[in-house]
Amino acid sequence: MRMLLRTHTSTVQVRTMTSQKPPIRIIAPGRVYRSDSDATHTPMFHQIEGLVIDKGIHLGHLKWTLETFLKAFFERDDITIRMRPSYFPFTEPSAEIDIGYTLINGKRVIGGKEDDTGFGWMEVLGSGMVHPKVIANCGLDPKEYQGFAFGTGVDRLAMLKYGMDDLRAFFDGDLRWLGHYGFNALDVPTLSGGVGA
Amino acid sequence: MKFTLSWLKDHLETTADLSTIINTLTRIGLEVEGVEDRSAKLEGFNIARILTAAPHPQADKLQVLNVDQGDGVPLQVVCGAPNARAGLVGVFGTAGAVVPSNGMVLRVAAIRGVESNGMMCSSRELEQGDDHDGIIELPTDAPVGQPYARYAGLDDPVIDINVLPNRPDCMGVRGIARDLAAAGLGTLRPLATPAIPTNGPCAVDIRTEDPEGCPAFYGRTIHGVTNGEAPEWMRTRLNAVGQRSISALVDITNYVMLDLNRPSHAYDLAMLKGPVVARRAAEGEKIVALKGVEYTLTSEMTVIADDNGAHDIAGIKGGEHSGCSETTTDVLLEVAYFDRERIARTGQALNLTSDARQRFERGVDPAFLDEGLEQLAALICAHCGGVASEMVRAGRPPLAPRTVVYNTGQAAGLGGVDVSPEKQVSILQSLGFTVPRHPREGGTPASSSPMLDDELWHITPPSWRPDVDGSADIVEEVVRMVGLDAVQSVPLPRSDGVAKSTATPAQKQERKVRRAAAARGLNEAITWSFLPETQAVAFGGGAWALANPISEELKVMRPSLLAGLLSAAARNQNRSASSIRLVEMGRRYLADGEHMTTGVVLAGDKTPRSWQTGKAQPFDAYDAKAEALALLAAAGAPVENLQVMGDAGAHFHPGQSGTLRLGPKTILASFGALHPATLKAFDLTGAVAACEIYLDAIPSKRGPSAGFMRAAFAPPALQAVTRDFAFLVPDALASDVLLRAVKSADKALITGARLFDRFAGAGVAEGMVSLAVEVTLQPSGRSLTEADLKAVSDKIVTAAAKLGAALRG
Repeated sequence: MRMLLRTHTSTVQVRTMTSQKPPIRIIAPGRVYRSDSDATHTPMFHQIEGLVIDKGIHLGHLKWTLETFLKAFFERDDITIRMRPSYFPFTEPSAEIDIGYTLINGKRVIGGKEDDTGFGWMEVLGSGMVHPKVIANCGLDPKEYQGFAFGTGVDRLAMLKYGMDDLRAFFDGDLRWLGHYGFNALDVPTLSGGVGA
Repeated sequence: MKFTLSWLKDHLETTADLSTIINTLTRIGLEVEGVEDRSAKLEGFNIARILTAAPHPQADKLQVLNVDQGDGVPLQVVCGAPNARAGLVGVFGTAGAVVPSNGMVLRVAAIRGVESNGMMCSSRELEQGDDHDGIIELPTDAPVGQPYARYAGLDDPVIDINVLPNRPDCMGVRGIARDLAAAGLGTLRPLATPAIPTNGPCAVDIRTEDPEGCPAFYGRTIHGVTNGEAPEWMRTRLNAVGQRSISALVDITNYVMLDLNRPSHAYDLAMLKGPVVARRAAEGEKIVALKGVEYTLTSEMTVIADDNGAHDIAGIKGGEHSGCSETTTDVLLEVAYFDRERIARTGQALNLTSDARQRFERGVDPAFLDEGLEQLAALICAHCGGVASEMVRAGRPPLAPRTVVYNTGQAAGLGGVDVSPEKQVSILQSLGFTVPRHPREGGTPASSSPMLDDELWHITPPSWRPDVDGSADIVEEVVRMVGLDAVQSVPLPRSDGVAKSTATPAQKQERKVRRAAAARGLNEAITWSFLPETQAVAFGGGAWALANPISEELKVMRPSLLAGLLSAAARNQNRSASSIRLVEMGRRYLADGEHMTTGVVLAGDKTPRSWQTGKAQPFDAYDAKAEALALLAAAGAPVENLQVMGDAGAHFHPGQSGTLRLGPKTILASFGALHPATLKAFDLTGAVAACEIYLDAIPSKRGPSAGFMRAAFAPPALQAVTRDFAFLVPDALASDVLLRAVKSADKALITGARLFDRFAGAGVAEGMVSLAVEVTLQPSGRSLTEADLKAVSDKIVTAAAKLGAALRG
């Protein structure tokens, strides 16, 4: 038997839609594999997938969700994002999400405004409205249900947030690194303690 | 896809500046990957005429020139080029200019005592060629004083965009211009197709015998061409976008492809014999393509052939023998439509990419064969001369019209932007969509939509947009052109009621173990899912090996988490870490599939040296067992019922390891000190303890105890009492067997039994050991009497006796 290591977490979309009834709201982190290896690409890394299927879900809901997520993740309120039309076979319309950064002392710092000096855009997420054919193939009526999906690299986002430049350190197990980036046992986001900025 | 600004403006009438064009391209989904302004690095290099040239008084190989750079004021320059002479028109770098090839800043300086005010440049110095034998010689009528970049056509910025796989139409400059026009950046100029005179029917018989792979094959001949150089403007554009200029005929076919997304091929008619046919290749048929590379074909591939055999891998690569050369005088032009999938499969099978393949497999415009051939022939006749025949058409391209039913409310309903039907019509029409607008009474009312002015349209997408086949595609076109910036963020409605658990029981278990491990001071690491073969073998062997591993080090899917953690521990030891406590949550890959597992490795000092505790203490098997039991408890395993047994695996020390089992067959964890051979294999020093917890082997809890619900309970008011028992037992008896026997002697009364001492030696017979057990008794209804205590003691002693244990006197 030949097996394939999954190259992205988008497969979880279909598995969920065929096994659950709408409304569907999932977030699915997972380990993925690609034949890549350098400072910013490792053969094993992590993605996180989001999917919402319900009645009346549109691109505006996607934009809000990603804006809110990115603000929480980067713990900053001054996040600027740009949606750029793109193409993925399983979404229509599709959009890539660029996040604004400012170059400070040669390092990319997330945030800033488009007319600031050193401002630039960086692609962080792929997203779109789930293709009606995908919805239909999962046994749902695309006239009744629609929704959005998005996916991004967990390690890539962490590199951006903390200004790390070598992805390989993630999988090295260096105690000094783990101690620096690790959290305390119960240091988890809560509604009372805050989930970001 | 690269193009220049002036090329774009051939198709797009616009007043927009470069930055507006760039921003708009990205905004509408034609992401700009780069803009190259080739004139920037030629700043300060202007066309100049050498007025006088005289020998340098101090150096044989140098001359002193006076040059005119347009202002009529002679400027003195020292020059070493052998071809420098009065009257020559070349390129002069003024003081302050930076030489592109070496970054040198030109200065006014004395060279061997003679002042020099700049430099006359060679092609190589300006990165315009390899020639460095002398300075550039321009035609004598070249405009003196003009910036060289402008003269050489290098002031035309090159824009590089990323064309998405669903947009074949933007593989041609005209398609890009159309998108920009629709985005409001100007108007698309009409495409002029000049009528060319013809000299009668095409003399070559053209056929398609493979209507599946090549539904349409159009052609015509042109007799009497001269295949010299393409016109300079065309060569300049081709060079700018990275296409090497070859000959007029080849350049023109390339230009039409890049300009209009219409690939074509020109055959040297002298090399063809008999009818020219699109047919399936014979199995094993060989073909020598351009550049002399031979390919072996299969019957699943389409070729263009004549009586002599196959010439052309259809739609992918031309043949070596029938291509045009400088001696070509008569040509046959091929403009065909090839099946997208056939092209993709053929290209993949032959591992052959080409600009033509890229376009045919994405889908060229099936309605643009006639006009494409007309454009191509007109350019050839204009620049190579010759007389064209009439067109001959074999087969028909697939032109069945597609209709998409679209409700104008969908722009808001799916796209999240409210766009008036009028605006939507204008966007779609400028993109080439046919939108018949029915008056509201005549159309089907869109009953389910809340928008009153919704209309239902039956839209015909243009022939060049194979990607559009549903209403969501129409939404995308509208939203793309209005701009995704116009989409307003709308909070996702919160679902009603109490939040249900979204994590699966396995995910919740994983979280509990992870948090417990962190709370116990373990550092969570992530190591590779793949191991070197040798490490996998040390852990029982890997069932799955990668077909395309990145390296031998990352080849076999791990059968255990410990190998990766031991490697990490060794790296930490090499970095002088004194106490290493690592945990990993991940999957093992066995023949029967993936298994969620927790691995723990403890290496180095358990406690450092100290005045209170003395020497540093190493980790041992009991530490590993304690971690295993604690994490199993966090995972919800019934730790009270576990048995300690052997067979932890060859990587563990045989006498200092064990498994924790629920019944004899269900192994929930293995633990122990590692085998010295394992330590050696991983270059670890000192004792190392480890455990692995097989999370998916733990039976799942059922009923309310899985949540926050608990049965009612009031702790007994009576005091618990403890009693100690010392048993002489055979050496081989595991203490946990004794403890379980003791505990089950009276399940109502005994709430705990704990081993607190172990003694072998003087006073204890050989092969025996003394185990001291503390038993906790919890009365519930009334206090225990002496008689009660005697009774329970007897039960305990009896239970122990069954295992060969005797109460020590």
